[in-house]
Amino acid sequence: MTRVFVTGIGATSPVGGDAPSTWDALLEGRSGVRSIDKEWAQQLGTTIAAEVAVDPTEVLERVKARRLDRSGQLALVAGLEAWADSGLAAEDGEDAKVASERLGVAMASGIGGVQTLLSNYDALNEKGPRRVSPLAIPMLMPNSPAANIGLAIGARAGVHTPVSACASGNEAIALGIDMIRLGRADVVVVGGTEAAVHPLPMAAFGQMRALSKRNDDPAAASRPWDKGRDGFVLGEGAAALVLESEEHARARGAKVYAEAAGAGITADSHDIAQPDPVGRGATRAMEMALREADMSPGEVVHINAHATSTPQGDLAEATAIKNALGDAAGNVVLTSTKSMTGHLLGAAGALESVATVLALYHRIVPPTINLDDPEDTGLDVATEPRKLADGPLAALNNSFGFGGHNVAIAFRSV
Amino acid sequence: MATTEEIRTDLADIVNEVAGIAAEDVQLDKSFVDDLDVDSLSMVEVVVAAEEKFDVKIPDDEVKNLKTVGDAVAFIERAQNG
Repeated sequence: MTRVFVTGIGATSPVGGDAPSTWDALLEGRSGVRSIDKEWAQQLGTTIAAEVAVDPTEVLERVKARRLDRSGQLALVAGLEAWADSGLAAEDGEDAKVASERLGVAMASGIGGVQTLLSNYDALNEKGPRRVSPLAIPMLMPNSPAANIGLAIGARAGVHTPVSACASGNEAIALGIDMIRLGRADVVVVGGTEAAVHPLPMAAFGQMRALSKRNDDPAAASRPWDKGRDGFVLGEGAAALVLESEEHARARGAKVYAEAAGAGITADSHDIAQPDPVGRGATRAMEMALREADMSPGEVVHINAHATSTPQGDLAEATAIKNALGDAAGNVVLTSTKSMTGHLLGAAGALESVATVLALYHRIVPPTINLDDPEDTGLDVATEPRKLADGPLAALNNSFGFGGHNVAIAFRSV
Repeated sequence: MATTEEIRTDLADIVNEVAGIAAEDVQLDKSFVDDLDVDSLSMVEVVVAAEEKFDVKIPDDEVKNLKTVGDAVAFIERAQNG
């Protein structure tokens, strides 16, 4: 089977405006969770969130930014960083180092252009139909971030937007791997984006009793596997990876971060919002990813868990990991970077895959912060940065979403 | 009543805000599409912003006749005086 390499990364997250600063912050154990400095937050039960460290309007040209929903702005920032990092971009009047027709995009979102939708609905109600922006549809449609990255880099193979709630980002990576293995593209820019820190999604997640209410101590609110956890912290941001066939990457002597070796996608068919208590679908997703990657459980040294800091989900995933890896689960260094970034919904899988790839590349696992009183999972969770051994390494990144979606991606050092 | 130059200046600011065209390039003889590269959706935005700014109605049937900045300024002048 064609091997797929990661040859570029980008991120704009609650802890950093690009991938290097995000990675540094994760290793330092720095939280991106803060009080929401807006009047609308005061009426909500949860008044904290993990907003991006650098506002996308400070980075993008003004005219470009005003034609994009915030989710599209974030996606473009991360997508262009990954694209530049890959070294594939056209420079000095030369062509890009991949044919347009062989270049694709899979940029996911969980919620889509909700801020544009709601602000235009306000304009409609307050000022009438002629005040609705003619750009509202191209801004709010869920495929807008993918299409805009495609426009910016000249992608003329498939341009896609997988949607599976909080598993969306990983599903985009899985789709990108498939596109390359099926011969539909040589290079695919994959990732996820989300910009849902807005009163309506905040109120709605609050009504589901899904959000942490630790408003008086924001940095301590996201605490996966800690007995004091009381829900997730909503985050925003985007992350992107450039996936490239081995042949294409070798031919141009590309820098390679890791191999995206396999993916597993399953569904629970259990409940629209509750996880299967023993994570059967999650177990099967990890098993499928290992099988597709031709990887044994004993090779896996690290898992970046979905672990969102909800009472049920964290334990179900721990059970699923033990069932998927068997005795080998004890050798895995587990972490949840959501303890610092909050939960980026449709961008979570992408951001955490960037973290997983960098953990393999730099051979160090970022810590899980706030784990003061851990649940007895029997698993080894890193609470300080943990060095990984020399030699070949493999890791998994898990993402699960409302709807019962489970997506695991297997990465291998190169 | 606003002068031609005042209307042109305000319209130039709108075109700058919507399409990022330098305001000093928005002169009476310039075509929105051919010279200023204002696409059809941006033109709708310019029209809506101009209606609000100048307190006039610019019917959709009229917009296709507003090929140049001068056409638009003249229409706004007539509408304000009408």
